[in-house]
Amino acid sequence: MRGALAGAVLLAALGGAWAPAMADEDAIQLRDGSWRDLVAARCAICHSLDYLPSNAPVLDRAGWQKVIQKMRERFGAPITDEESQEILDYLTASYASKP
Amino acid sequence: MPSRRDLLLATAGGVLLGSTARSLLAADAAPVAEELGQLPGKKLLIRRSWRPPNYETPLADLVPAYTSNDAFFVRYHLSVIPEIDTDTWRLKIGGAGAQKPLMLTLRDLRHDFKRVTLVAVNQCSGNRRGLFKPRVPGVQWGNGAMGNAEWTGVRLRDVLNRAGVAGDAVEVVFNGADAPVLPSTPDFLKSLPIERALDENTLIAFEMNGHALPHWNGAPARLVVPGWTGTYWVKHLTEIRVETAPFDGFWMAGAYRVPIGLFPGAAFKTQETAQNTPITEILVNSLITSHVSGARLKTGSKVEVAGKAWDGGAGIAAVEVSTDGRQNWRPSTLGRDLGRFAWREFRYRLDTQKPGALVVAVRARSLGGATQPEKLTFNPAGYHDNIVQTVALEIA
Repeated sequence: MRGALAGAVLLAALGGAWAPAMADEDAIQLRDGSWRDLVAARCAICHSLDYLPSNAPVLDRAGWQKVIQKMRERFGAPITDEESQEILDYLTASYASKP
Repeated sequence: MPSRRDLLLATAGGVLLGSTARSLLAADAAPVAEELGQLPGKKLLIRRSWRPPNYETPLADLVPAYTSNDAFFVRYHLSVIPEIDTDTWRLKIGGAGAQKPLMLTLRDLRHDFKRVTLVAVNQCSGNRRGLFKPRVPGVQWGNGAMGNAEWTGVRLRDVLNRAGVAGDAVEVVFNGADAPVLPSTPDFLKSLPIERALDENTLIAFEMNGHALPHWNGAPARLVVPGWTGTYWVKHLTEIRVETAPFDGFWMAGAYRVPIGLFPGAAFKTQETAQNTPITEILVNSLITSHVSGARLKTGSKVEVAGKAWDGGAGIAAVEVSTDGRQNWRPSTLGRDLGRFAWREFRYRLDTQKPGALVVAVRARSLGGATQPEKLTFNPAGYHDNIVQTVALEIA
């Protein structure tokens, strides 16, 4: 919840500068699964959620772990240690190429 | 609205698609679904991501000699992309290695410096990443994260010289107006070695194919670095800094790198580490634009296979075609030379007398002596896929 709200506030704060690029982006539906709303909230702060399905064929659990780490350490994504595990579990279950 | 016209195409091999859809598929079809989408001022392009916007040029739009502005690919890393008011826009030139920092308006750029026009391919470093085997993460581009355009602007060196370049300057750093959502995300800044910044062909461009730069391609002014991959072609320029020390920002030190010693091309010494070095020049490459795999030709019909070949600025010496499993290669006919940084059209008349499968392979050779390789040189970021391309046709 907290995360979804933070994301929504950030999106709203940005105003119209990028509005044309994100029209209809919210039509992207993530697969069902535990922690889906958390994943959507955190990832969509900076980018559309189509990055998840487009990279799914390429990434297994270890690959997604690297991605989450990169998002946190290189791109400053506001994700806690606990949330990282939850996000990783969701991505592994719903968007990973290999077991 | 455009989004309602979106199409979803599955690139299943061998399936006969409608002519429009088929023409949109890359010659070696990308292993991912191709969804079409439209940005304001652009035609329908292949959407690789909504936000930041990443849109690829369909194959059909790579057929003309110049890629039209409304079809030219769009590539961003950061999601905040302001519309810039050209009247209030300013370009700041400074840095530790600039002796007389200055501020320019668009009018200053247009009137106070010699105007230069050149034709050059702009190719994303990650073009064809979606075709990589084994696959690697990142935007899953097919063949269309590239285009060829006529760029008009002024020489970066003329602007830098007005600002007075210090003798100990080593790099020039570029920033654009696009920005990250979060302050904790590194802004997209790139640097060039001082010698490439001062090269006569490096431009600050404000026109593309005779028109003002489209918003999505960097209005009102962008860097044009002919022969170097698109990552250096910073859009929506706002600041240029001449620096006396190597720039250590994330997009130089932590991205757009290739293992050291793996690829040919200009060195970027001040950015090298023991492990890796920035990607620099475009490698010799070609693309068949006339046909995609699965196309059927009528027996005895007059058919030419055609496409484009380009490299990092040596120019194209020859494009050869093989129709016998890469045993024998024959020269194609080259089109008009638009300049050494432009792509070069090639065409080759196919023998369609014998019904059956016809596998066409194409390879380009540069005037620098480089030839497209048969095997992919793997690298973790999925750059420099310039392997010989084939299309499998059927004569019936």
